[in-house]
Amino acid sequence: METVIKEKIKQIKKGNQAAFEDVVSFYQNKVYQICFRMIGNAHEAEDLAQEAFIRAYTNIDRFDERRKFSTWLYRIATNLTIDRIRKKKPDYFLDAEVKGTEGLSMYSQIAADQALPEEEVESLELQTYIHKEILALPPKYRSVIVLRFLDELSLQEIAEVLEIPVGTVKTRIHRGRETLRKRLRHV
Amino acid sequence: MNCKEEAIALMHKYLDDHLTQTEEKKLRMHLQACQECQTHFHELKRTISLVKSSSPVSAPQGFTSNVMANLPKQKKRNHYTKWFRNHPFFTAAAVFFLMMFGGIFSAWTEDQQVTVSKQENLVIKNQVVIVPEDVTVNGDLVVRNGDLRIEGAVNGDVTIINGDLLKQDSREDSPLDGEKYMAYVSGEVNEVNQVFEWVWYHIKNTWESVFSLAKE
Repeated sequence: METVIKEKIKQIKKGNQAAFEDVVSFYQNKVYQICFRMIGNAHEAEDLAQEAFIRAYTNIDRFDERRKFSTWLYRIATNLTIDRIRKKKPDYFLDAEVKGTEGLSMYSQIAADQALPEEEVESLELQTYIHKEILALPPKYRSVIVLRFLDELSLQEIAEVLEIPVGTVKTRIHRGRETLRKRLRHV
Repeated sequence: MNCKEEAIALMHKYLDDHLTQTEEKKLRMHLQACQECQTHFHELKRTISLVKSSSPVSAPQGFTSNVMANLPKQKKRNHYTKWFRNHPFFTAAAVFFLMMFGGIFSAWTEDQQVTVSKQENLVIKNQVVIVPEDVTVNGDLVVRNGDLRIEGAVNGDVTIINGDLLKQDSREDSPLDGEKYMAYVSGEVNEVNQVFEWVWYHIKNTWESVFSLAKE
């Protein structure tokens, strides 16, 4: 598939706008999924995913063909989404990082063991519950968890998408995984 | 083994597929012995499978056509800018030549007024610069946009840009006519009338000044 996409990108660079249609339809679900899992709202996710594709198109000349296109595209999508999350952030947030700590949020201060009422768990559809828990993660953990477990990217790829060192990716995955463990252990 | 740090770090390493064989052995041994860590490990694995189990979402209907409808119209100039971006060397050379020739041409067409490099004792009449009989110009003489008539003498080179060196028509029959008037000029006589000559003259001048600088 990568070679087909490469060919399409060459055509787009030459000015063939129609070739972009295949690129969009090939990546639309992946990009939409990243945006949706990170922003948590279908309408905004659609908006962000669309914006990501338009930016990719207008900046296609800057894309280095020796690189992987998906990495570049996901980077545009995650950056846009993270920007949006920052803008809409209310002034007080449970997952705001506590000053002077790396990755410690108010969530970690709340007793996670407090069991959810049985009926609540049952009433909440499991899927929705998990989705909510992912959204409750601080954005920087959310992005690595989404890319790692929903898009199944390698650690190296995540590092390239987010432009952070692989070591940082690992730390964030570990912390995100621990937080989710606390939140999901009773499910 | 320290449960809190070492064992949990190993668990995460395992989940990242980065565990070496010895580390794996170590972890397995510990898990068999420690109930608490076993639960922790189980919970972690379960968390991942729960997260992975959430069904993949797909983009809404008509997403692709929406994107395509919202793409900016292609711009023609894109082609040129792209070319320039891909050929920085040519771009630089083109800009250089444009500026160089632009400068020379504008200097050429600039002012049509008669100018002389040495004004002393020279007579300017109807676009003609005259070196009077009793005058000797010491040094090079440059006349722009006008003719030159030498009745006196010039001790140096003469350059006439956009003009002619006039023969001394008043003394047609005098022995000083023809090549002989050259006797009054001790150096070379240059006449520049065409743009290309003008360019050549400029280049020559530049070289000369470069070499004279080098000599100093």
